[in-house]
Amino acid sequence: MQVTVTINGEERSADVEPRTLLVHFIRDDLDLTGTHWGCDTSNCGACVVLFDGEPLKSCTMLAATAAGHEITTVEGLAAGGELDPVQQGFIECHGQQIGFCTPGMLLTARALLDANPDPSEHEIREAISGQICRCTGYSNIVKAVRWAAENAPATTTTTTTTTGA
Amino acid sequence: MQVPAPFEYERATSVQHALELLRARGPDARLLAGGHSLLPMMKLRLAAPEFLIDIDPLAGELGYIREQDGELRVGAMTRHRALLESDAVARHATIITDAERVIADPVVRNRGTIGGALCQADPAEDLSAVCAALEATVVVRGADGDRVLTMPEFHRGPYETAVGDAEMLIEVRIPLHPVAGSAYEKVERRVGDWAVAAAGAAVRLHAGVITRAGIALTAVGAGVTSGAAEQALAGQPPSEATFAAAAELAARDCSPTTDQRGSVEYKRHLARELTLRALRTATARALRGDA
Ligand SMILES: Cc1cc2nc3c(=O)[nH]c(=O)nc-3n(C[C@H](O)[C@H](O)[C@H](O)COP(=O)(O)OP(=O)(O)OC[C@H]3O[C@@H](n4cnc5c(N)ncnc54)[C@H](O)[C@@H]3O)c2cc1C
Ligand code: FES
Repeated sequence: MQVTVTINGEERSADVEPRTLLVHFIRDDLDLTGTHWGCDTSNCGACVVLFDGEPLKSCTMLAATAAGHEITTVEGLAAGGELDPVQQGFIECHGQQIGFCTPGMLLTARALLDANPDPSEHEIREAISGQICRCTGYSNIVKAVRWAAENAPATTTTTTTTTGA
Repeated sequence: MQVPAPFEYERATSVQHALELLRARGPDARLLAGGHSLLPMMKLRLAAPEFLIDIDPLAGELGYIREQDGELRVGAMTRHRALLESDAVARHATIITDAERVIADPVVRNRGTIGGALCQADPAEDLSAVCAALEATVVVRGADGDRVLTMPEFHRGPYETAVGDAEMLIEVRIPLHPVAGSAYEKVERRVGDWAVAAAGAAVRLHAGVITRAGIALTAVGAGVTSGAAEQALAGQPPSEATFAAAAELAARDCSPTTDQRGSVEYKRHLARELTLRALRTATARALRGDA
């Protein structure tokens, strides 16, 4: 079946089996390998993308369900050659080591800051609680998100739109 | 790489359309709601439906929380996140807010639906006990119209409900009472995990007496509600002694099994302690008029 999505602001389309999971559609059919694929059991959050502006474990959605929707992957975070503040924050605060969880963490952080530009440490920890990091002990990720909150430009630069529940 | 077995796929455009597809395709068809139970099962090949009817497009039609006719009415496609963030839910059915805080994680809660949760009927699933304690009813629609079922009628046991092959769950209805309070207490091994054990209580008071208490446990092999505990509370003034007696009955009246989450003894201990805590909190909320 033909599946068309708007991904990082661009309309992309591929012919896939109905059973194709969104994470494989993004990585294998659209060649956007920034989205990682980890546990395959909906637990680790390495595969998180933004789906209509909300974090989604892309190993737990069919590509077919995503048809017609807006997706943002880590490749879509930097706009016009400028890193998103959350990306800069991860650099400033050493928010990653091996980087496997990083794309998902960045996107969840972006969605959190879009909804709540000044989150507390508790709110940050809650937001990322569905995503596993085995290097940082989370401390530097929390600092990185706080850095992004404190150093955000006046307007955010993502291509996503937020929708209701 | 885990991928589901092949299937045919169609998106439902309305409840009516979903019901027609279910009828046309018989028992080989399955509804796909948030997909956060069904897709993991299909990836593990524990489920292999031949025809998948995607009801994600019905998230608008069936995604609502409204007060009507003395009830809180919740559409089947209402997502966990919407339940967690709802002021009406927090005000009238705090037990749902308590449970939603600890159901999975925020990312899963963006997708999972109340309809999917109740229809999956996983033994460790939280909302079945929550709805049972609240004496909720569910609306099940088929070709011949709607059936309104109580939770004991709806929830037949692990992974089994009264929803027929050509039917779907449409709405959950929670009765509202003037002086009532509710609470949910869950113990999990780590953030976002399924319950080791959990207990829900919904207490109604009148003139200093408990007129009715709904008690339901999660993940410990209990009935849909804990009848003996409920009976022990009805007509009694709320007190520590009454709560302790009811909690003891609830713990006796379940049959947990030893697994990687804990031993029978530990789970039974939790059943007692969590029932006690849920009763205390529910009653305090009722007394504050903070249902
Ligand atoms: C990592 C993880 C952790 C989780 N932790 C918890 C937890 O702690 N507590 C908890 O309670 N849950 C937990 N869940 C379950 C999750 O929260 C969802 O509630 C659950 O996946 C079901 O909702 P869904 O919309 O995704 O249903 P789906 O997976 O789409 O459907 C589940 C079943 O219900 C049927 N169905 C769906 N909607 C209807 C309908 N309207 N009418 C008839 N049949 C229908 C489907 O055909 C399918 O058989 C967890 C899930 C994951 C992935
Ligand atoms: S790969 Fe999707 S949650 Fe781990």
